[in-house]
Amino acid sequence: MKKHLITAFLMTIATTVLLGVLYPLLITALAQVLFKDKANGQLITRNGQAIGSRIIAQPFTSAKYFHPRPSNAGNGYDAANSGGTDYAPTNQKLIDRVQADAKSLHEENPAQPIPVDLVTTSASGLDPEISPAAAEFQVPRVARERGLPESTIRDLVQKHTDQRDLGLLGEPHVNVLELNLALDDMTQKR
Amino acid sequence: MTLNGWLQILVFLGLIFAVTKPLGVFMTRVFARERTFLDPVLRPIERLLYRITGVDESHEMRWTEYATTMLVFSAVSMLVLYLIQRIQGVLPFNPQHFGAVTPQHLAFNTAASFTTNTNWQAYSGETTMSYFTQMAGLAFHNFASAATGIVLGVAFIRGIARRQTNTLGNFWVDFVRCCLWVLLPFCIVGSLFLVSQGVVQNLKPYDTVKLVEPQQVQRVGADGKGVVDASGKPVMDPVTTQTIAQGPVASQEVIKEWGTNGGGFFNANSAHPFENPTPLTNLFQIFSIFAIGAGLTYTLGRMTGSPAHGWAVWSAMAILFLAGVTVAYWAEAQGNPLYPSTIAQHATTLQPGGNMEGKETRFGIANSALFATVTTDASCGAINGWHDSFTPLGGMVPLVNIMLSEVIFGGVGSGMYGILIYVVLAVFIAGLMVGRTPEYLGKKIEAYDVKMAMLVSLVFPLIILSLAGISVVKGFGTVGISNPGPHGLSQILYAFVSSAGNNGSAFGGLTVNTLWYDTATGITTLIGRFFMIIPMLAIAGNLAQKKYVPPSLGTFPVTTPLFTLLLISVILILGALTFFPALSLGPILEHLLMHVGKTF
Repeated sequence: MKKHLITAFLMTIATTVLLGVLYPLLITALAQVLFKDKANGQLITRNGQAIGSRIIAQPFTSAKYFHPRPSNAGNGYDAANSGGTDYAPTNQKLIDRVQADAKSLHEENPAQPIPVDLVTTSASGLDPEISPAAAEFQVPRVARERGLPESTIRDLVQKHTDQRDLGLLGEPHVNVLELNLALDDMTQKR
Repeated sequence: MTLNGWLQILVFLGLIFAVTKPLGVFMTRVFARERTFLDPVLRPIERLLYRITGVDESHEMRWTEYATTMLVFSAVSMLVLYLIQRIQGVLPFNPQHFGAVTPQHLAFNTAASFTTNTNWQAYSGETTMSYFTQMAGLAFHNFASAATGIVLGVAFIRGIARRQTNTLGNFWVDFVRCCLWVLLPFCIVGSLFLVSQGVVQNLKPYDTVKLVEPQQVQRVGADGKGVVDASGKPVMDPVTTQTIAQGPVASQEVIKEWGTNGGGFFNANSAHPFENPTPLTNLFQIFSIFAIGAGLTYTLGRMTGSPAHGWAVWSAMAILFLAGVTVAYWAEAQGNPLYPSTIAQHATTLQPGGNMEGKETRFGIANSALFATVTTDASCGAINGWHDSFTPLGGMVPLVNIMLSEVIFGGVGSGMYGILIYVVLAVFIAGLMVGRTPEYLGKKIEAYDVKMAMLVSLVFPLIILSLAGISVVKGFGTVGISNPGPHGLSQILYAFVSSAGNNGSAFGGLTVNTLWYDTATGITTLIGRFFMIIPMLAIAGNLAQKKYVPPSLGTFPVTTPLFTLLLISVILILGALTFFPALSLGPILEHLLMHVGKTF
């Protein structure tokens, strides 16, 4: 028994050094050399200032921007505290929230049904994307606020729509942060 | 449901089919200590580890010694994990300066949970654990607990394959070879692939970025509610920055799935864009979850000299997998009937539609339902969408999968010995039907074996139903419920099913970081792991001693579709019927009430 204990202790230490320290440090070193941008979270910088990660949602509320999905990460879009609501489909709090959001969205664009992803919180609370339907739903508002024709905005959305991986996997999606930055760039150029 | 969704599911199953034989052959060679192409690199490391730890490679162990060494190793490494959490404040790689993990029952729960391959998480990764704890504590246990499970599965197979011997192998040798040959090489390649797709891997402090559009956000008080001023107006704070959590994620992510561990680096687990950024990484992750479990069915067939038996077991697993994913996908694609009619929930070319609360856009419905089915068929417990927010029937699929003891490809190794318990029972029942002493691959199945198998299948529901029962009648249990009504019962049931099954996924709304839940689920994970293993190893030890009985005309063949069907029936009858009363009061009742418009 004593021999087993000693072996168990030594095995824990030895394999921890190998698998718990050397292995992740090796991967970190390789990742930092081979895929520096991806390994560090794909930060976008403007004028030397980091303004977000390409794949982490940040809040947009004014009418001239496309809005991401609602978030329950921390206080909302808290990228140091990811998470969802965990509301059951029969939870009254969920239904109240969805009804309130649906009401204001319907007033904003009564011509179209509201895509469900616009009124539901994502699992991470940091979902950087919306469905193409959710982008299309917001096109009239953004065009109006920016004084641009809807077709111009629609073209931009198209340009920022990612199709399924390998033509098969996942769902088409539109990256909100990139789209909004492109909108700002376009407006400034004019 | 869409054609594309079904194509994705079938492509996934095709990949699992394709990997079964090569991986099964590879593992057979590794555990038979035959040469592999990795030997020139790994053999010196293996020898070095034996020299450091004083392991005698040629020593063979009886089942009792095999069990003892496994238990001692688990106890020691669990204690080390507990200590790491408690002193992480003074350890390196802690750029966020997290203090000790508190309270103590949380540290205990986490240590128990990671040692048992459960990875139940009562904490939130990015606000609690230092990088050192994640790497040397949690990720290390992702390797160790996975390897422990795999070698136990292999030991069971040896019990069937060996004749008239009283040994099952050497735990240390099996463990080391599993870590070095089966786990580590795949993890090195896999983690680099994940980084190339956008999974982060760094040791830097969290980044702070300046928001493109500064926000006004209502202040939240200590009670978690929004603060209002004297006139009832919300108190608003300006928010101009966003803090983005970082860390050595990819190296942990890959073993999280490859070893069916499931403990996320971040709270949102595989829903977090830094853990699972694209649909391609999503496919890679679910593939990793099933691969070893599938491969072991081939190892079973090869080591026992009956590859067809391996495939018969594989088929039973594949059929049960398809049944689960069909129900889950169908239920989630229906959406939520309680939403207003102005909301479009049907799938079009522009949106996935369906029940999108707690799901990510890039995965949509098909991949979320698929991931939930896979992660609970196996004892993984990683999630890419919140099971708590699934529709009642969609959420019942993960629950039932774990109730069936996670034998559908299963946890690495634990799925193998889990299904072999069912196989023993199936063969026994077939023997009863024809009135002969049952035989399994040339071994007589006798009273002792069946008693031990029944012990395994009775302890599991006993611990779940008794602790869940206590929790639903006592205030310290019900206080954790976040979704009232029948769903509250489902939440509590899921917690104990998940911890007893060593799964680790949750109906996450339940507040579990309390003295009761931390302690009760922590102990449940230990029972669910170790109490199952001992009777299982006893059967293996007993089978190894037996003489080989050549098959005769009266032997029930274990390679036919009839056997597959019988195996499925035994799994469903034993697994699902035990829990049917609880299920009917939870998800089934909630489903019926939801469709008459009832909310809670």
